[in-house]
Amino acid sequence: MKILIIEDDRDTALYLERALSEVGHGADIAGDGETGMMLAESGSYDVLVVDRMLPRRDGLALIAGLRARGDATPVLILSALGQVDDRVTGLRAGGDDYLTKPYAFSELLARIEALMRRSNSKEGETVYRVGDLELDRLSHTARRAGREIGLQPREFRLLEYLMRHAGQVVTRTMLLEHVWDYHFDPQTNVIDVHISRLRGKIEKGFGSPLLHTVRGAGYMLRATGD
Amino acid sequence: MSQLSALMRTTAARLSALYLLLFALCAVLLVFYTTGLSVQFLSVQTQEALSEEIDNLGAIYRQGGMALLVRTIDHRARQPGAYLYLIADPAGQILAGNVESIEPGTLQHVGWINQPIRYRRFMESDNEVHLALARVFELPNGMRLLVGRDLGEPEHFRTVVRRSLVAALGIMSVGGFLIWFFVGRRALQRMDRLSIASQSIMGGDLSGRLPVTGSGDEFDRLADNLNRMLARIQELNEGLRQVSDNIAHDLKTPLTRLRNRAEAALAGTGADGPTHRALEEIIGESDQLIKTFNAILMISRLEAGYSSEALGPTDLAEIVRDVGELYEPLAEEAGVDLQVEIPETAVVKGNRELIGQTISNLVDNALKYGTRRGEPSRVMLCLVEDDGEYRVTIADAGPGIPVDMRERVTERFVRLEESRTRPGSGLGLSLAKAVMKLHSGALRLEDNAPGLRALLVFPKSVGEG
Repeated sequence: MKILIIEDDRDTALYLERALSEVGHGADIAGDGETGMMLAESGSYDVLVVDRMLPRRDGLALIAGLRARGDATPVLILSALGQVDDRVTGLRAGGDDYLTKPYAFSELLARIEALMRRSNSKEGETVYRVGDLELDRLSHTARRAGREIGLQPREFRLLEYLMRHAGQVVTRTMLLEHVWDYHFDPQTNVIDVHISRLRGKIEKGFGSPLLHTVRGAGYMLRATGD
Repeated sequence: MSQLSALMRTTAARLSALYLLLFALCAVLLVFYTTGLSVQFLSVQTQEALSEEIDNLGAIYRQGGMALLVRTIDHRARQPGAYLYLIADPAGQILAGNVESIEPGTLQHVGWINQPIRYRRFMESDNEVHLALARVFELPNGMRLLVGRDLGEPEHFRTVVRRSLVAALGIMSVGGFLIWFFVGRRALQRMDRLSIASQSIMGGDLSGRLPVTGSGDEFDRLADNLNRMLARIQELNEGLRQVSDNIAHDLKTPLTRLRNRAEAALAGTGADGPTHRALEEIIGESDQLIKTFNAILMISRLEAGYSSEALGPTDLAEIVRDVGELYEPLAEEAGVDLQVEIPETAVVKGNRELIGQTISNLVDNALKYGTRRGEPSRVMLCLVEDDGEYRVTIADAGPGIPVDMRERVTERFVRLEESRTRPGSGLGLSLAKAVMKLHSGALRLEDNAPGLRALLVFPKSVGEG
């Protein structure tokens, strides 16, 4: 997996490159919009991480330019501007995800990985399976080891999102964004309580744990032995 | 009907009504004055003509005596004209002349008759009664002679003037009313357009301008000046936004580096050593700093006004339901009874994201500060429709906010003494206030006896209610 980082702050870019390579992702750096555009056009990247404010070519203009050429490489926008309308203009320009600076690396990594796997996503599948847990998206039912689990509509969406990203780290803000469709920073541990309720439903009375807490990052749904 | 009453209230309508009244009054006075003068002039003329005729007849009498006078009168009476001639015996029996009958008693009085008299002309088919000015003489043989002149001309003139006056006043009233209606309505429409445009501008869309028709009239001049003022405000606002964007960029880049370095260092230390804890604290502090910083930027951005594009039809009921559901497990874990009451739908013009964040901040506050230790507590989250507005209420049973502090706590960085020790930036309520202002609504803090009741008041959007 190869990532292109288009960021004018050299320090941040180098840190990202190093941190990404530590977890096994190769990354290239472009220091301005023009260089970034040139590298991106070569088309050999799985994800682009684009700073919004760039010298020589604005980040949003760069993304709009790529999209106009039919380039569908997933783009994560990094920006110091984090207002509601900033996010809207960013996504409208063709960005796939938007992260406000400063961010935790774990958050950035989780989002990059989610974007990378989007291409081989389970979007089209009607039944998700993780270990002995099964979720039917058409009949809106979930069962584990053949036993049906009663879920509230929101719990169903939460489990659906976790199962779609099974084996990946999912952060609290990602959950709030995709399950509740809100983009603010939750003040307290609201999401954690929802997770522990869901955990109670899908784990209590069954053998092995499925929903794991990833310290300092978020959660991951994974069958033991996967 | 309300449009008509609005029309009546306009300055233009009032002024035209006043002008119409004054003008009509002047016209009436003028017409009365001129007709009075004309009639008087005509009467004087009539009287002079009559005197001349009398002198003439006197001369004839002196020249040819009674016989010639009677012959002359008989001759003249047969000719058409405005003169009246009448000879009667002492008993009042008409002997000669062109008068068939006359007001009784007229002939008793010798000399000028002051009042116009009524008479009926001889040999006339229509039996009409005419008015005339006349003089009566007593002839030496005791007979009476009346010489007069018909007043038909001035009377006719007076009637014509009176009729035309009535017609003119009628036309003037109708014309005045029409002018008033059209001028008033035009003025009203332009004022309406100006106030609609200025409302949308006040709502945050500073790029909007007041309509200018190009006629260069006073409305145009007013709109033009206000537009220039708006351009200036927009310029200042744009500057402010630019500055805050730059600050955001310039401060957040080093903050990102700081956080990155701390994270990198954290990865290299063994778990749970003192360095590890210190680094974790650094990350925690920097996150808090970022939150505060974001909140300040958000408030300034909200106060500078979002583009009107950011606000659209939004279901308030759905937001309240979502937030209630988001916080329900947390409340349950904290032993708080969170009660949610909402109607089916409540559509307002708003931004779902901002409203959602505001309501969840307030619910968060209620759960954090609205509980008393050791007591079962309850937080109410409800949405009601009342009096043309929607009210979202978040009420707790905690210590509340003292009356004298309720206004102050919505200012930036103001916190209650008791909560200083707890995490928080003191910006939550200022943020809520700014969000409500953007939605043309209001944040109200009230006493829940005991506890705090925070009200978010949204105006019901027109046309979607």
